[in-house]
Amino acid sequence: MNAPLRKAGIVILVLFGMLFANLNWVQAVKGEEYRTNEYNASRTRIAEYGKQRGNVEVNSGGTSTEAVALSKPTDDALSYQREYPFGDLYAHVVGYKPVTMASTSVERFENDYLSGQSDELFTDRVRALFTGEEAAGGNVLLTVSKAAQEAAYKGLKENELGVDVGAAVALDPSTGAIQAMVSMPSFDPTPLAGHNYDEAGAAYAKYEAEKNNPLLNRAVADVWPPGSVMKIIDSAAALESGLTPETSIQAGPSYVAPGTTHEITNAGPGVCPEQQITMIRALTVSCNTSFARLAVEKLGADTLKKKAQAFGFEDKALTCGNLRSNTGLTVAASTTGEIANPDGSEDKAALAQSAIGQKDVRITPLQGAMIAAAVANDGVQMRPYLVQRLLGPDRTSTHYTASPQELRRSVSSDVARDLRTMMESVVNNGTATSAQVEGYEVGGKTGTSQNGITDNHGWFVGYAMKDGKPVSAVAVFLESAGDAGSAEATRIAGQILKAVTSERGGN
Amino acid sequence: MPRLKSADSTRRRNSELALLALALLLVLAYYATVEATMLDTITPDFWVPTAALAGVFLAMHVVIRFLAPFADPALIPAVALLNGLGVGFLRRLDLSKVEAADQANLSTFSGVGGRQLAWTLISVVLAATLLALIRDHRNVSRYSYTLGLSGIVLVMIPAVLPAQFSEVNGAKLWIRFGGFAIQPGEFAKLALVVFFAFYLVRKREVLSLASKRFLGIDFPRGRDLGPVLVVWMMSLLVLVFVKDLGTALLYFGLFVVTLYVATERVSWLIIGLLLFFGGVFLAYFLGSAIGGPFANFYDRAQIWLDPFSEPETRGYQLVQSLLGLGTGGLFGSGPGGGAPLQIPEVQNDFIFAGMGEEIGLFGITALLMLYLLIVERGLRAGLDVRDSFGKLVAGGLAFTMGLQVFVIIGGISGLIPLTGQTTPFLSSGGSSLMANWLLVAMLLRISDAARRPLASGGGLAAAPGGKPAPQQLHGAPTEVIRP
Repeated sequence: MNAPLRKAGIVILVLFGMLFANLNWVQAVKGEEYRTNEYNASRTRIAEYGKQRGNVEVNSGGTSTEAVALSKPTDDALSYQREYPFGDLYAHVVGYKPVTMASTSVERFENDYLSGQSDELFTDRVRALFTGEEAAGGNVLLTVSKAAQEAAYKGLKENELGVDVGAAVALDPSTGAIQAMVSMPSFDPTPLAGHNYDEAGAAYAKYEAEKNNPLLNRAVADVWPPGSVMKIIDSAAALESGLTPETSIQAGPSYVAPGTTHEITNAGPGVCPEQQITMIRALTVSCNTSFARLAVEKLGADTLKKKAQAFGFEDKALTCGNLRSNTGLTVAASTTGEIANPDGSEDKAALAQSAIGQKDVRITPLQGAMIAAAVANDGVQMRPYLVQRLLGPDRTSTHYTASPQELRRSVSSDVARDLRTMMESVVNNGTATSAQVEGYEVGGKTGTSQNGITDNHGWFVGYAMKDGKPVSAVAVFLESAGDAGSAEATRIAGQILKAVTSERGGN
Repeated sequence: MPRLKSADSTRRRNSELALLALALLLVLAYYATVEATMLDTITPDFWVPTAALAGVFLAMHVVIRFLAPFADPALIPAVALLNGLGVGFLRRLDLSKVEAADQANLSTFSGVGGRQLAWTLISVVLAATLLALIRDHRNVSRYSYTLGLSGIVLVMIPAVLPAQFSEVNGAKLWIRFGGFAIQPGEFAKLALVVFFAFYLVRKREVLSLASKRFLGIDFPRGRDLGPVLVVWMMSLLVLVFVKDLGTALLYFGLFVVTLYVATERVSWLIIGLLLFFGGVFLAYFLGSAIGGPFANFYDRAQIWLDPFSEPETRGYQLVQSLLGLGTGGLFGSGPGGGAPLQIPEVQNDFIFAGMGEEIGLFGITALLMLYLLIVERGLRAGLDVRDSFGKLVAGGLAFTMGLQVFVIIGGISGLIPLTGQTTPFLSSGGSSLMANWLLVAMLLRISDAARRPLASGGGLAAAPGGKPAPQQLHGAPTEVIRP
């Protein structure tokens, strides 16, 4: 009976060998796949919250920084609670890191770094292995300036027209560094990051049910007709075609493009009623008939579209976040729309309307700021970004510092200089005097755009320079603000520019 | 009685003590690590459960020194380590179930872990009692028919009891009264091994000789195999109707292997395997076609084929088990560092997956080796013992345990369809723990006989000429001198 017993022993060995092989397969080969499986979220979450997530910080003047997202120890199963001490002030820039839902913005695209999983933090993890301490996540320092952000937030929130929806963006034209980014209405991210799944879910549902969708980052994720802001692009194309700011162009109280009956008029009877006007004057008073006519009779749809693209229109790949990995907020593409008839020929009526930023022209507030930035930066548009530096968990090591990237050249240096002359005239003698900042050269352009449904939208895009060096470019947008909207947007933009410049002056 | 010198070297009781100390040290370290991870501190009382275990295991060691001095020294340390880690893991589950403030106050005998600790104490006392009552394993054969009958009855009780007294999680395997529940099938397994062994040893001559040849295979006469077949069929039928095909598979394997070892005919293995795979296929087919008692198996086969097809519902348990094992990876998240409560029933069927997340592939491979050690040492006792009854009992018990470990660990790791089984010495529950400790006591008893030097007296007196005396098996002169 021993022979069969020995064989039974071999059978057991074979069975255990199969178990061993299978456990190797499950734990070693498929381990990583299982670990990162979407159905494993509850387990990875506990592990993820088991160590301290890094801070997200902004510049608060000089070299000092301030944490706008941080993690505090708790007593529950998820050891750290994410907190956003400034509530809705930085909500759209920083995003939020909920326990059960998807995270957004910086919390999303810098998740690996904040959670300590990225390759840069490998040595910190190894060190933690030996010291027995949990390796904390790394800290992300944003380009955002506290002063500029607060000015933009306060300006939008306390706008004198009682507008509920809007956005503002400010960036450094010479680098592309975002100085402020506010979307209105905003929201408080802290309840969304609560550890009670039901309460966090309810908070999210409440925000989502609100009419004006506070979770939407309007600065980058939505588009509106730019109105007269488009005239900066018209002017650029015109200057390139040989015109100068002093060239006389046709004006008049109304213009009907050939082949249509649609009449384009000016904002009021007092705006460029004369037949001839210099281009700089046309921009300064925002003469619709001049620019519509210029586009139809001189520039053409292709030239206009190409120039718009040179300023960043139709860019579907743009992100605004970390320059190195090219991750970040997805920026909705700004577009001129089709300016053609069904047979492919130029639609002159559409062209006339598009030239004044109506018809199908749509831009994001960020695009508005980037147009002004290109003008201020001698025609070169820099890639916008939010992440200035990645600091180690102990803050002594810097793992990354942003090096600004040229995105595209929008216009030549000469054309940019002429555009600045024209845009500064707008601020100095035209529709945007409230954007003036003492001691700085400020240029800009207002916009009032019709959407055919609600009141007109108000726009202002502009920049401030000091001794020929750009300091800040800004765009402010107020949705359905009425005809006074652009004036209010201009005033708010002026406050943002003042905040940036006064912070600069302190250096 | 004066002993020969060679006897001392075969006793190895001191080796057992040293190994036991090592096992207890590992258990103590496990407790400390769990507390350090979960409470961020090691409580002053962290050693109390280990001390309780140490007391009872060391007492068992002393009992063995007197009652089974030649028993295999590896068995008790291996079992003690598994049992101790099991209690520790269950206690760790209790820790994560209570509020943070109460964690440090979790007393020694509270919660599932505490209950398991109490069961361990009772089980070891039972095992020691068995060793004391049965001084020669062959005496058990006296009760073979009683055991066989009670085996059948034990299996049948839950099947005939109303569901409210017998059903837990869809399987009618329990006898429940008040807050108390036992799983009689765990004990029936032991009883049936003894019955099969006894009957097959008595009939082995006729079984091997008086056979009919059919299709080149020797079949024994029906009247020779009848009682065994009847007992086995009855248990199998009952198990099919209580919807637990895993246990049915276990009994089937037990039956085929004892038959094979008794008759030494490979044909039984072939027939067994054919029947098994035929049965599995039939059960799958019947499950998809008519459902009924086979629907459960069909369901589980479907989950096994693609657990991720319904990860939130039917496949949830297996998916969480695989994700837990995968998350643990090679080294595991450390004792107390995982999230075993994500897996439903982690204290019972899925305990190996829960531990696998925390101690990793390296850790559970070590656990697997402990099981392999126990099983192979059991088979070794069967090889070395001189009587056929002992061979069959030891072989049957060891093989059954090996098969059970394979079925449950294969199930929770997706190797084979999942069937509910306890993981010996780890899963929470008194029945399983007691039955497995009784099994180990039986193996100790047989290994004691197997390793006892012939000249040293005890059960076997040396016959003139150095040959062992004929070994009388109760009720029959069948005997084996074929070492």
